Amino acid sequence: MGSITLEHVNKSFGEVEIIPDISLEIKDGEFVVFVGPSGCGKSTLLRLIAGLEDTSSGHIKLDGEDVTGAPPARRGLAMVFQSYALYPHMSVRDNIAFPLKMAKTPQAIIDQKVDYAARTLNLGSYLDRRPRALSGGQRQRVAIGRAIVREPKAFLFDEPLSNLDAALRVNMRLEITELHQQLKTTMIYVTHDQVEAMTMADRIVVLNAGNVEQFGSPLELYKKPANRFVAGFIGSPKMNFVDGPEAEKHKAHAIGVRPEHFTLSTTAGAGQWAGTVNVAEQLGSDTFLHVEVEGLGLMTVRTDGDQTFSHGDKVYLTPDANRIYRFDAAGLAL
Amino acid sequence: MATRQTRTLARTMMAPAVIVLLIWMIVPLAMTIWFSFQNYSLINPMMTGFAGWGNYEYVIGDPSFTQALVNTLLLVGGVLLITVIGGTFLALLLDQPVWGQGILRILVISPFFVMPPVAALIWKNGFMHPGYGMLGHLFEALGLEPVDWFAQYPLFSVIVIVAWQWLPFATLILLTALQSLSEEQREAAEMDGANAVNRFRYIILPHMARAITIVILIQTIFLLGIFAEIRVTTGGGPGYASTNIAFLVFRTGILSNDIGAGSAGGVVAVIIANIVAIFLMRAVGKNLDA
Amino acid sequence: MARNVSVQTKTGFTILAWAVALLLFSPILWTIVTAFKTEAEAIASPPTFLPLTFTLDNFFDVQDRSDYIKHAWNSILVSVGSTVLGLVIAIPAAWSMAFAPTKRTKDILMWMLSTKMMPAVGVLIPIYLIFRDLRLLDTVHGLTIIMTLINLPIIIWMLYTYFKEIPVDILEAARMDGAELWNEIVHVLVPMAIPGIASTLLLNVILAWNEAFWTITLTSGRAGTLTAFISSFSSPQGLFLAKLSAASLLAIAPILLLGWFSQKQLVRGLTFGAVK
Repeated sequence: MGSITLEHVNKSFGEVEIIPDISLEIKDGEFVVFVGPSGCGKSTLLRLIAGLEDTSSGHIKLDGEDVTGAPPARRGLAMVFQSYALYPHMSVRDNIAFPLKMAKTPQAIIDQKVDYAARTLNLGSYLDRRPRALSGGQRQRVAIGRAIVREPKAFLFDEPLSNLDAALRVNMRLEITELHQQLKTTMIYVTHDQVEAMTMADRIVVLNAGNVEQFGSPLELYKKPANRFVAGFIGSPKMNFVDGPEAEKHKAHAIGVRPEHFTLSTTAGAGQWAGTVNVAEQLGSDTFLHVEVEGLGLMTVRTDGDQTFSHGDKVYLTPDANRIYRFDAAGLAL
Repeated sequence: MATRQTRTLARTMMAPAVIVLLIWMIVPLAMTIWFSFQNYSLINPMMTGFAGWGNYEYVIGDPSFTQALVNTLLLVGGVLLITVIGGTFLALLLDQPVWGQGILRILVISPFFVMPPVAALIWKNGFMHPGYGMLGHLFEALGLEPVDWFAQYPLFSVIVIVAWQWLPFATLILLTALQSLSEEQREAAEMDGANAVNRFRYIILPHMARAITIVILIQTIFLLGIFAEIRVTTGGGPGYASTNIAFLVFRTGILSNDIGAGSAGGVVAVIIANIVAIFLMRAVGKNLDA
Repeated sequence: MARNVSVQTKTGFTILAWAVALLLFSPILWTIVTAFKTEAEAIASPPTFLPLTFTLDNFFDVQDRSDYIKHAWNSILVSVGSTVLGLVIAIPAAWSMAFAPTKRTKDILMWMLSTKMMPAVGVLIPIYLIFRDLRLLDTVHGLTIIMTLINLPIIIWMLYTYFKEIPVDILEAARMDGAELWNEIVHVLVPMAIPGIASTLLLNVILAWNEAFWTITLTSGRAGTLTAFISSFSSPQGLFLAKLSAASLLAIAPILLLGWFSQKQLVRGLTFGAVK
């Protein structure tokens, strides 16, 4: 089936250690997202699993079988690239058929599978076109179609939606999630967008400078972040952090409050922290205020969309005492 | 994006090219060096044995060598002068708004694709021949005595032929470089009050400086080995008046069958070329990270 | 150039440019018109421009000469043969340098280019002697080998630059799709690189066809190419002016045509990337 295990995987380029030591267990059928800032090693990790790069040390196992030295062709995985990497000189049909051709599948079966993939992804009407005649979203589906026909043990996605415009991205997110529900195959998905991570994943791996900061379900990461990095990375807008004397009051080196965990008042003295509105972002459904709080710095506060504020308004904030996150000097959650 | 597998394969795939070129570089060159220290002449097989620096003394000491060296410098220098200045002028001209740009380029490019022996003979028979060459007719029409170019100005004649052949190369390179200069830069200069001459001096010329350097270096490499044009027109003469180092080696080694001396000459030619190549490699190396 | 200049300026430049261009082209033009003249008219004084008596005799005479046909055939064999042989060696090498580069790749590439800069006379004598002893003198295959060797650096270099323009993730996709190396090259790389390979082929055929050092020094009548053939007429015997012009025209016409279409390749191939 499609379980993937990484044991003490290390990847270095010369003296530069991209990934010091990662061990992970991904269950069969899971949708796992690798998320993190640029340069955190998420794409490298994906490519190690794919076999496009060698590990410097450590083991990679697929369904218990050690594939650490095996070339990509023999691992039984499929990958969807950020640029889709379609073969420009082949038609859509030939693009999708290519892996089957490489596996020396009989032509009749190839035709069958290509048609099935085309139907699943709505590609029927342009099977004979070349990639350059397709839009971004269509190309993406062809790339996914090419991956599907192989019936791989797992799908690997390398930031597949980054090249699409915002509206298309939302649609494709849903399509990929539906695909996962339909096929029930393991999927590993790399992105820098934590919204994609939160909405699509069964479990999320948060990476930072080659290290796994936390591995858990989206809500787990949101409600119980293991450290300051995860707390600040997951959730949009970002969590507000406060150091210094205010944090010491809560017996922590630093505390964090999410924008939606404030009570807001315009009545003087009615809140713990007094501040002035710097910028008000009115989205209609919500309003996000960027408030300069006396002595504590800039904070983001969420309030409902009906309220209007402008630059210079005085507001008073009270963080929800039950929802204050505490961090020690090393950044770990207390 | 390489794995151990692709890297091993890569080494195997490079091997034939590397091996072939390695052999091509080392074996003949080593033999030339070896021969240069031997007494070896195909017409005098009795004379053998280690010659020490004898061949070098013989070659370098001979007045033909000095003349060949001077001729080489004049040939390379003369052609460079004509092609770089002419090429810059032509590039600027072709860059202007003119009608029929495509055909103009084709006309200007053509001499480069004419094989050297044909180029040489066209000039020798069609233009420079005092009897029926075009220049001869022109001189006559002007009431002047036609000049026997190859007899009176042999090296100059060769320079003209070679320059004619290489002018298109310089022009093409310089034109490419010129056209990579964005129109906006030129317009900005115009807005800043620079007239055509100043624009040329402060904007265009510096931009083209690198291309000019490349043209000079690459042409020099090829010009050091000019052969066919000399062989077909003057045969190096009269005397050694139009012999360059390359032709001297040919004459000594192949025509006169003196392997030892010819090889010594060959080594000298290699040393000269290496000095130029070092400069070229430095300039090109900067661009290979593309 | 989208510049707004007056019609007068444009006309002025046009006249100047055409005058210069025609002047530069005139030797070739002379060859073309002379080829269609009679021998008498070719050396007539005062000279004529267009042939008064237009004749194709010169071409027929040249074609009748079996040695011309033989040398033309040799030119084709050597140019095409050395190009094909060069491609066979160069494609794998260029693949490896473009897609699996190491720290030393750049140095190796530079070294390969430097072999082209070695003056031919530096190795003329040993090559001549080796060819003599191996009975390769005056043979087409001997000449083909030398042509391959001297142009191999340029073929590798040009293919390398074209391969680098191919996005590596398409090749990786092929690997993920189960393609072993051979399939990757045959089904994905080569089809995508066809324009680049064709350009390299074109430039190399031109360079090999016009090569006028080894083709002259290593042949003596049997395996000579057109360069050697034409050079043999350095003293005016056998062929007279009109016939020589016809022979020259036939020898240079194919390359002129090819050359007109390969200007970009010329810049790419012969400036080693230093000019874009």
